[in-house]
Amino acid sequence: MEPAPVDPERQLQPAPIEPLGLPNSGLEAAVGEEAEGARDAGSGVDTMTENNFGLKKIEISVSEAEKRTGRNAMNMQETYTAYLIETRSVEHTDGQSVLTDSLWRRYSEFELLRNYLLVYYPHIVVPPLPEKRAEFVWHKLSADNMDPDFVERRRIGLENFLLRIASHPILCRDKIFYLFLTQEGNWKETVNETGFQLKADSRLKALNATFRVKNPDKRFTELKHYSDELQSVISHLLRVRARVADRLYGVYKVHGNYGRVFSEWSAIEKEMGDGLQSAGHHMDVYASSIDDILEDEEHYADQLKEYLFYAEALRAVCRKHELMQYDLEMAAQDLASKKQQCEELATGTVRTFSLKGMTTKLFGQETPEQREARIKVLEEQINEGEQQLKSKNLEGREFVKNAWADIERFKEQKNRDLKEALISYAVMQISMCKKGIQIWTNAKECFSKM
Amino acid sequence: MEGERPASPARSSGLPAGGAEGDSPGGGAPFPGSSGSSTLLQGEVLDLDEDEDDLEVFSKDASLMDMNSFSPMMPTSPLSMINQIKFEDEPDLKDLFITVDEPESHVTTIETFITYRIITKTSRGEFDSSEFEVRRRYQDFLWLKGKLEEAHPTLIIPPLPEKFIVKGMVERFNDDFIETRRKALQKFLNRIADHPTLTFNEDFKVFLTAQAWELSSHKKQGPGLLSRMGQTVRAVASSMRGVKNRPEEFMEMNNFIEIFSQKINLIDKISQRIYKEEREYLDEMKEYGPIYILWSASEEDLVDTLRNVASCIDRCCKATEKRMSGLSEALLPVVHEYVLYSEMLMGVMKRRDQIQAELDSKVEALTYKKADTDLLTEEIGKLEDKVECANNALKADWERWKQNMQNDIKSAFTDMAEENIHYYEQCLATWESFLTSQTDLQLEEASDDKP
Repeated sequence: MEPAPVDPERQLQPAPIEPLGLPNSGLEAAVGEEAEGARDAGSGVDTMTENNFGLKKIEISVSEAEKRTGRNAMNMQETYTAYLIETRSVEHTDGQSVLTDSLWRRYSEFELLRNYLLVYYPHIVVPPLPEKRAEFVWHKLSADNMDPDFVERRRIGLENFLLRIASHPILCRDKIFYLFLTQEGNWKETVNETGFQLKADSRLKALNATFRVKNPDKRFTELKHYSDELQSVISHLLRVRARVADRLYGVYKVHGNYGRVFSEWSAIEKEMGDGLQSAGHHMDVYASSIDDILEDEEHYADQLKEYLFYAEALRAVCRKHELMQYDLEMAAQDLASKKQQCEELATGTVRTFSLKGMTTKLFGQETPEQREARIKVLEEQINEGEQQLKSKNLEGREFVKNAWADIERFKEQKNRDLKEALISYAVMQISMCKKGIQIWTNAKECFSKM
Repeated sequence: MEGERPASPARSSGLPAGGAEGDSPGGGAPFPGSSGSSTLLQGEVLDLDEDEDDLEVFSKDASLMDMNSFSPMMPTSPLSMINQIKFEDEPDLKDLFITVDEPESHVTTIETFITYRIITKTSRGEFDSSEFEVRRRYQDFLWLKGKLEEAHPTLIIPPLPEKFIVKGMVERFNDDFIETRRKALQKFLNRIADHPTLTFNEDFKVFLTAQAWELSSHKKQGPGLLSRMGQTVRAVASSMRGVKNRPEEFMEMNNFIEIFSQKINLIDKISQRIYKEEREYLDEMKEYGPIYILWSASEEDLVDTLRNVASCIDRCCKATEKRMSGLSEALLPVVHEYVLYSEMLMGVMKRRDQIQAELDSKVEALTYKKADTDLLTEEIGKLEDKVECANNALKADWERWKQNMQNDIKSAFTDMAEENIHYYEQCLATWESFLTSQTDLQLEEASDDKP
């Protein structure tokens, strides 16, 4: 394999932990040491993270969102939302944080960052972005991307995305990620200069293509199956939850009508009037209480959505393994057939069909010199093939090892996060019930005074 | 002419919201508890008897128990009357108990209809027996109502459930419809039984006691259909005039009725809508819980938590079902009855106006000396009495009705609030126990992790 031309930018960053000999990667092979170091240093930290820029702890926040207008690639005016990313470094000694960087990014830049990470870290379960368009919406929430509630939830989602990367032992060290946080202008150009789009295996995107892989690692097959199930069950859950939210909204809001009618009725009642009026007020309170309740629940839905999208990331890693295994098996097959050909040529027995063989049969035998020449070419190819197979094998095993390490990390994170989400869901329900008890107790008092 | 009522002891919570807590005409209080404890309660009553003041109260009330007295009474609800004891030496207490049950379908060549069994238990002397069982169909109830309206045009006759409900009904006789109607019919008869005047109506007695053929022949007596129709036509024409000269207090009454009718109709719609929304919420929730179970099948470490969540949701579903049934038993029938009452009231106002119009037209005739003045004067005299009677009857019954309405509405809404409180309390307990189980789990896991 030819070493790729040295890329000055890339030299600065610790290399991503990449199996050697990735097709078309053109990466430097000799960065293993640094990579080792990088992997050991970090370990599942949540928001504070060590990275290679100054060994300082950093805090990242997406603190604001702003509507902007600009011109797009086709020189047409467009409206988009920009997000302010603030990075603070925390001094070890006194824990005070100092604002070190602050810049604006739009959603498409986040997407670019993620796509880059997907290409350069195919063995990592790359954190997903919050959804591009509002889905699983219940009727009151708008599906409009410009809706302030949606923008707010997206801001939180983007912050979460960055925090996930920053707390990942490997991803946090990526130079492009660092530049994303620190270099406002020219960042896009820098990313594109890495040429990652070219390196991306287009087959990874072809989700529907199936590969006849004879011996995939069973764990990856199971994992793919799991990620399919996860995606399906969470989608279903989110859909039904949205419908439940819709219905609950209806129940609460209809009670609001009592308020108005009670108030009007109280005008003609002497003894009942006061009770009716005040009970009506409580009905109004009840009806409006649902808005906050459902907004809280939306956070729960967002937590689930993150793992819905994580399923996709899991699948990408499995796919990568499949592809590598496929390439390996293809290479092995090719090698085997070349060896066979060689043998036949050498011994003179023709077992495999070859065009050359047929034509010589038809149009006359080839000379021994010609045969020798062919054998020599084949032997060279076989040599090359064996080398390639060896390195592919190594690659494959490295990949499986590294990927599985990250998957184990991911599993623990997922269990923690989902349990927390379910508990917070229960807490929300409890708060809703307490509110309900309070309001209806007040209403009951009013009724009994009528 | 209000009767005095001695303080009633605390009522058992078993009283349904539909009927107001009732005092019988004599002013005796209903006693909580089942008839099983009657001997004890009897003793208590004897104690009261020895108290002179209470006796006086009783006898005072007894004098009011004639046709022209209108002591405001609170009707007893069907269930509460089961809690009442009858006392032979106090004939003024509730002595007529009616239940409506056992709907049965009858198919003839011409039609299909439902009959209901009506059981009457009574201690009244004018009844030949102490227990009666008859079968009646809706048409018979309609007949009874018509007769009562005829006999007492300005009394507030209890409403009948509707003939049929057009929207949302494919079959005329589905089970829910029949059950709702049965309850409403029972209410209807008991309200009549509790009314100080209507309870002694002869047609009412016949309705409760006569066998089928007896009832048919009884129905045929009395003013024919044609004459009744003739009356209606005249009535419509004359009621307009009655409105012009309506006394102030009846103007107020009419105003109240109009607004009340609007509001109660709205409340009826709102309440029905709430029921519908709750049902739809329940349907979605029923689908929601099982998804967590499905999920738990692919998660090793979260199985317990997910299953727990599913069971919490399931328990909340059950709580919702209970809340809904509370709504449909306590609130909806009461509100709906008052919707029908408000229609009744408008009819009563019209009839009062008609009676007055009759008088007014004769007075007018006298003024213009259109006919024989002596005869007119005599007629006017009679009509003036008639108007005064009608007005007084209405006034008194109106007070009684308003009191009932207040109690019924208050009861119904208080019960609804109670149902809601109970619902939230149940759900709260469910989720709190989930949290506890999770923290216990975490503590367990923490101790497992320790080396």
